[in-house]
Amino acid sequence: MAEKTNKKGMLTELTKGIIKENPTLVTLLGMCPTLAVTVMASNGIGMGLATTFVLICSNLVISLLKNVIPKAVRLPCFIVIIASFVTLIEFLMKGYLPELYDSLGLYLSLITVNCIILGRAEAFASKNGVLASVLDAVGMGLGFTLALFAMGSIREIIGTGKWFGIDLHLPVTMTLFIMSAGGFFTLGVIIALVNKIAGRSTPAEVGCAACPNAENCPSYNKKEDRKEAAAE
Amino acid sequence: MTLIVILLNAILVDNFVLSKFMGICPFLGVSKKLDSAVGMGAAVTFVMVCATLCTYPIYTFILVPMGLEYLKTIAFILIIALFVQLVEMVLKKKVQSLYNALGVYLPLITTNCAVLGVTILNVDKEYGFAQSLVNSLGGGLGFSLALIIFSGVRSRVNSADVPEMFKGVPATLIAASIVSVSFMGFSGLFG
Repeated sequence: MAEKTNKKGMLTELTKGIIKENPTLVTLLGMCPTLAVTVMASNGIGMGLATTFVLICSNLVISLLKNVIPKAVRLPCFIVIIASFVTLIEFLMKGYLPELYDSLGLYLSLITVNCIILGRAEAFASKNGVLASVLDAVGMGLGFTLALFAMGSIREIIGTGKWFGIDLHLPVTMTLFIMSAGGFFTLGVIIALVNKIAGRSTPAEVGCAACPNAENCPSYNKKEDRKEAAAE
Repeated sequence: MTLIVILLNAILVDNFVLSKFMGICPFLGVSKKLDSAVGMGAAVTFVMVCATLCTYPIYTFILVPMGLEYLKTIAFILIIALFVQLVEMVLKKKVQSLYNALGVYLPLITTNCAVLGVTILNVDKEYGFAQSLVNSLGGGLGFSLALIIFSGVRSRVNSADVPEMFKGVPATLIAASIVSVSFMGFSGLFG
């Protein structure tokens, strides 16, 4: 994961998150907000940009502090840094975009436990320089925002016949799409299409094992060790 | 609202996984086998209830009197991380059998949004202590129920012949959508 960050590679750091390593559609991280808030295109963009903001700030701070934070307690430190920025964005959104704040609700606080952010902190920002970390965050954040925007648009258009609140006068709408079942369905179809276009199959493991952080993660390794021990 | 209504509401109507979309990662990752689904469900239920036991007094008796409600996200996630670590250490030393059953899943729970979600939800809905505990218990049981049901569905999906592009995650998500439709039948059960 930690590529060399020479000048030539900087552009790659930026673009990899948007397409090749898109956090939502390829590495399947941060599924909870992807499914929960995307009933409207505007919600998707709002959530995506809020997450991008937290991701950029936390990557910046963590890459600056990477030599100061003791390795043993790094995860709690990262979580506190991330949670601080989440609180900040909660304040900003409450003040300037109260409508969006109300419709995102609880999920805004839950950015704290979005595994994209902790995953990038652990896998990238804690090993790379400041500039590369910020570019990585911008790319990953934009990739996440694009995926959420696509999900939100599809669900809003099919589910309510509107797009950003503008009535499209569709002959048929399916309310199911803005319900929870439609979220799972839309994401499934989008991932299938991405697979088809990119000509690859999805990773066999989802969730914790697909996390870019899995190799470093003590819990994941421990789980594997125990499995091996049980097999013996 | 009576406690039993809160409990059933949290299990069936507002199911954490299928209607609130919290804890999707473990839902997709750990639902491959029945026994791991049961283990994960039990661990999440346990941590949810205990996390509420810890966060409720801290919110009510420390954050609110000092006017620091906005710090709840930071405070709660720290409490949960600390608590999960503590439980793991205590179980490892004292209750070996429980540790063997749940220990594998405990560290994964710190970043499970269902746990942070339920503690913040209790505060947002202004539940009292007993109501918060019941809501957390219901949330955990609902999470376990979804995981257990889905582990059964999934074993059928995995052996089914689906188009190449849908193999793996997409087919799993579409199966989840159908399970979610069936849970929609409960909506409006308690008005």
